[in-house]
Amino acid sequence: MRPPRRSLSGALPVWAEIALLPLVNIALAFIVVGLIVAIIGVDPFHALRFLVVGAVGSSESIGYTLYYATNFTFTGLAVAVAFHAGLFNIGGEGQAYIGGLGCGLAVLALDRWLPAWLMIPIAIAAAALFGAAWAAVPAWLQAWRGSHIVITTIMFNFVASALMVYLMVNVLIAPGSMTPQSRTFAPSGRIPAMHDALQAIGITVAPSALNLSIVLALACCVAVWVFLWHTPWGYALRTMGHNPEAAVYAGTSLRRMTMLAMCLSGALAGFVGVNELMGVHHRIVLDFPAGYGFAGIAVALMGRNHPLGIVLAALLFGALQQGGAELAFEIPTITREMVVVIQGLIILFSGALAHLPRPWLQILFARRAS
Amino acid sequence: MQALTSDAAAIELRGIEKSFGSVHAVRGVSLRIETGTITGIVGENGAGKSTLMSILYGLYRADAGEIWIDGHPVEMASPRDAIAHGIGMVHQHFMLIDTFTVLENMVLGAEGGPLLAGGLAAARAELARLARDYGLSVDPDARIADLSVGEQQRVEILKVLFRGARILILDEPSAVLTPQETDRLFRILQTLKERGVSVVLITHKLREIMAATDRVYVMRQGRMVAERRTADTNSEELAELMVGRKVHLDLDKAPTRRGEILLRAEHLSLVDDRGVRLLDDVGIELRAGEIVGIAGVTGNGQSELLQVLAGIRAPSGGQLTVCGYVLDAHHPGDPAKMRTLGLAHVPEDRLRQGMVAAFEASETSILGYQDGPPFTRHYLLDGPAVGAHCAQLMERFDVRPRSPGLRSSNFSGGNQQKLVLAREIARKPKVLLVGQPTRGVDIGAIEFIHRELVKARDAGCAVLVVSVELDEILSLADRILVMFAGRIVGEVEPGRADERTLGLMMAGADAA
Amino acid sequence: MDEAFSFIFLMLASTLRVATPLVLCAMGGLFSEKGGIVDVGLEGKMLMAAFFAAATASVTGSAWAGVAAAIVAAEALALLHGLACITYRGNQVVSGVAINILAAGLTVVLGAAWFARGGQTPPLVGDQRLAPLFLPGAGDNILVYAALLSVPLTWWIIARTRFGLRLRAVGEMPLAVDAAGLSVAWLRYRAVLLCGLLAGLAGAYLSIGQNAGFSRDMTAGQGFIALAAIIFGKWRPLPALGACLIFGLLDAMAIRLQGVRVPGLGEVPVQLIQAMPYLLTMFLLAGFIGRAVAPKAAGVPYEKEH
Repeated sequence: MRPPRRSLSGALPVWAEIALLPLVNIALAFIVVGLIVAIIGVDPFHALRFLVVGAVGSSESIGYTLYYATNFTFTGLAVAVAFHAGLFNIGGEGQAYIGGLGCGLAVLALDRWLPAWLMIPIAIAAAALFGAAWAAVPAWLQAWRGSHIVITTIMFNFVASALMVYLMVNVLIAPGSMTPQSRTFAPSGRIPAMHDALQAIGITVAPSALNLSIVLALACCVAVWVFLWHTPWGYALRTMGHNPEAAVYAGTSLRRMTMLAMCLSGALAGFVGVNELMGVHHRIVLDFPAGYGFAGIAVALMGRNHPLGIVLAALLFGALQQGGAELAFEIPTITREMVVVIQGLIILFSGALAHLPRPWLQILFARRAS
Repeated sequence: MQALTSDAAAIELRGIEKSFGSVHAVRGVSLRIETGTITGIVGENGAGKSTLMSILYGLYRADAGEIWIDGHPVEMASPRDAIAHGIGMVHQHFMLIDTFTVLENMVLGAEGGPLLAGGLAAARAELARLARDYGLSVDPDARIADLSVGEQQRVEILKVLFRGARILILDEPSAVLTPQETDRLFRILQTLKERGVSVVLITHKLREIMAATDRVYVMRQGRMVAERRTADTNSEELAELMVGRKVHLDLDKAPTRRGEILLRAEHLSLVDDRGVRLLDDVGIELRAGEIVGIAGVTGNGQSELLQVLAGIRAPSGGQLTVCGYVLDAHHPGDPAKMRTLGLAHVPEDRLRQGMVAAFEASETSILGYQDGPPFTRHYLLDGPAVGAHCAQLMERFDVRPRSPGLRSSNFSGGNQQKLVLAREIARKPKVLLVGQPTRGVDIGAIEFIHRELVKARDAGCAVLVVSVELDEILSLADRILVMFAGRIVGEVEPGRADERTLGLMMAGADAA
Repeated sequence: MDEAFSFIFLMLASTLRVATPLVLCAMGGLFSEKGGIVDVGLEGKMLMAAFFAAATASVTGSAWAGVAAAIVAAEALALLHGLACITYRGNQVVSGVAINILAAGLTVVLGAAWFARGGQTPPLVGDQRLAPLFLPGAGDNILVYAALLSVPLTWWIIARTRFGLRLRAVGEMPLAVDAAGLSVAWLRYRAVLLCGLLAGLAGAYLSIGQNAGFSRDMTAGQGFIALAAIIFGKWRPLPALGACLIFGLLDAMAIRLQGVRVPGLGEVPVQLIQAMPYLLTMFLLAGFIGRAVAPKAAGVPYEKEH
């Protein structure tokens, strides 16, 4: 017989749980950011204005915001799928890196022989395959050896980094190049930029890094939604995440489901490579995961692990990234890393300290009720 | 200072009340534990005995009532207070750190100084003294993980004595012991008693009460229903007091028409990785068209039996034949396979095994059956089909509210159970395993569930019901088996069964 | 003969140079993990400490002020982690990841704002750095000796004191500690604070001992290597020290092995050696090098049943 638990777990009305509490969490994060900005001698509201304008103030900045959001969508979905299975995938950085390697290799091998409509899907599949493979090793270790997946995925991030540096410096480097990067992809291996695609149907927007891989991102959102809530495997995966005993009762193999969840997660993270390498850089470069993997954790937490929420959170983070860059440009005292600070605070308040505002909210609702 | 009056009991509880939410666990209980005696508190699961002792030990706070120790009223706010008053408790789950040695476990919390060396040396000497005085010998440098369960329990007792306890509470101590270790334990308790330690023994086993105690209190449904000097009573009387004379729920049951054997278990055994025998040479036959009831107090192997029969756990030995398919330790089944063979399972703990609290009712209504038609077509879950299925189940089994989209945890216990039962029965299974069908279920739903089980049996299903509610078994079953300590200790025809006989068997008092 | 001797000496010095922050972090992390609080945030604490050490040393001109500031900074993050994990029973991994990201961003933001060098602090000279104690040129400042001393000290605290016994107990079975009448939360907070202290020293060493100032992301994953060392050492101080030394040696060798040919395989890639600590840890976790048994209650928030 369990007595009722402390107020940290007390329930609030449904709308408060889904919408109000997360908003309070984010608000707290932003308040702390405002404090930090004030500490370094800048007017927080002044900074906020630059942030907003920088993010959505022109079609060029909107383009960049959406381009960043594409990456955040991929990694957010990756973390969310794993979360639904009860697994913590911190290996998004490494999986994105190796996924990029996959599509890059496919393109480098085949771009001279295949037309774009064949090359691109094959490369996308390769990104998924490689990303999944990089997640499969920690997954196998967890499922069959009980090794803690958090630690193995972190370790594998570093291994991915070392592997990529080795490959880029020694194997894939373009002949005659001074920096470690591969040769440029042939046109068939490039994903068209959005401003070019829109131009083709008569709409003119300012050029930006935004490319058609955003379509892939949206397709992945739909696919993840369908998979998790409309297929028997997604059903079994969510059961395992909520209640492993019930999953066993229902006949699910916990090991196989762990592998499936992590492989899907790795594949999704791998698509960052598609956006970055095939959509923007048009060659294999180093360091393109650039923190998207870790930010994906924040995106998933904020978006409550639901594709719709993730899209919204990804847009917010994309705006932060772009707005932060502009802000750094306008106010030299603030650097781009402010965005990183915001990301960290959001993870803190939406993740670890998510229950902090609860007692206050309960008092608020109790007062309203009486 | 005048000596305490000879009337002062070591412990006196007066009018203790405790509720957890809507569950009234302890209702106005009063008792006296005399100094230098062994007192037993006996009752079925959920009778309130463990809760009562947890209040005495400061783990819970009573809602009302008083605790008196040696003639003075005291406040019990935490185990620290209890320890300070000389009360020690040996829990059912030992509070021992596996990787520590005996000595380290002993001194935890009473190290006698910031550095260990001095405290350990003093403890070692004290341990030797206790061993001499009470006959409780244990190697102080042994790691807990290397000790047998009986030895670990001895360490728990020593821990308590080390803190200076004069009152020792033991919660179901023999649950994890072999008969020989149990006898040894009771010899130790006698020695303690001779040394003036007061012992309280919480148990559901009547043999132990009769063998070891001076006084016994009987609890039932949170109340103290009787108090006896052990010498003045016997097992039969205690059994009757324990289970009570309950009214049979009147079920209009047609006599059974038994058919072929659909499930046969032979010499099933299950041993866990500590070497404890959870199931011991169990043999069962289930025929179509009959309800077999398994009676017994929780913790005697019934849960494990259900898990093995449902394919969740593989047996260590023996054989299981389900609808012609043979399973054993080398060819374990799994729940999915069992389902395809026509076996359905309503688990004992519906929240932990039978449903997902966060899922909508419609999702819960297909748990275990989500693969393939009719719920999955072309690899996609057919939402409307699932919703319609759930609505149908809710209609037929009167699950309220009739909202397939409502979160499963928002249904009352009775409606949750009806939903789970509906899900399993609607498959028209050949074999239906049911664990605690009416646990946490209100009266109206109980009747409904019982009638559904009989309906399934009349339709030719072989039904196995495991329950700790004796009257449920008595009214439902066509055959009654009693489990105790992992074995089937008896089979009774319901017509010839009564609470007394069954109570004795359930408490292992029958000389078997 | 002379050459061999000086080579060994240089390798040893180099190993110790690299291993010092690892050892300090590992000992800190050990206290936290033994108490049942998983600490993925060692990296962030060390980074924050490194920044504040260099910043303070630069502004005040005193290395000791820098060390003090480093400890304060690391303790602040440690308290945050403790608050999230112990009082608010949040997910310990999420909290650690958040702290790492926060530190990575905040150090650069503050550094750029205060020193306008793109995240770096001004180069430190003279008294602003920790001076070598006995052997000039070998970089053996006081923190190196502190690191070496921290190992037997950590061992002694954990194995021979009352606090250590209780700490180990709370990491294995908090329920037993609670039933013995002790406070689980207070024990865990002390563990977390000890971790902060040592991580602070590690960070200070990096920026004002080993190097001459703070540069962005200068910890470069050493916090995770320290975590790997703890696991590799099976949560015991002396083996963890051994793991740190091995990792340090590997790093020292990495430079020297560049260009060296292994018969049959060709050149040893420097990246392989850099990845060694992580690969070794994964091997260990897979159970191939014996079983690594973490404190049983690590990672699980403790809830009292009242």
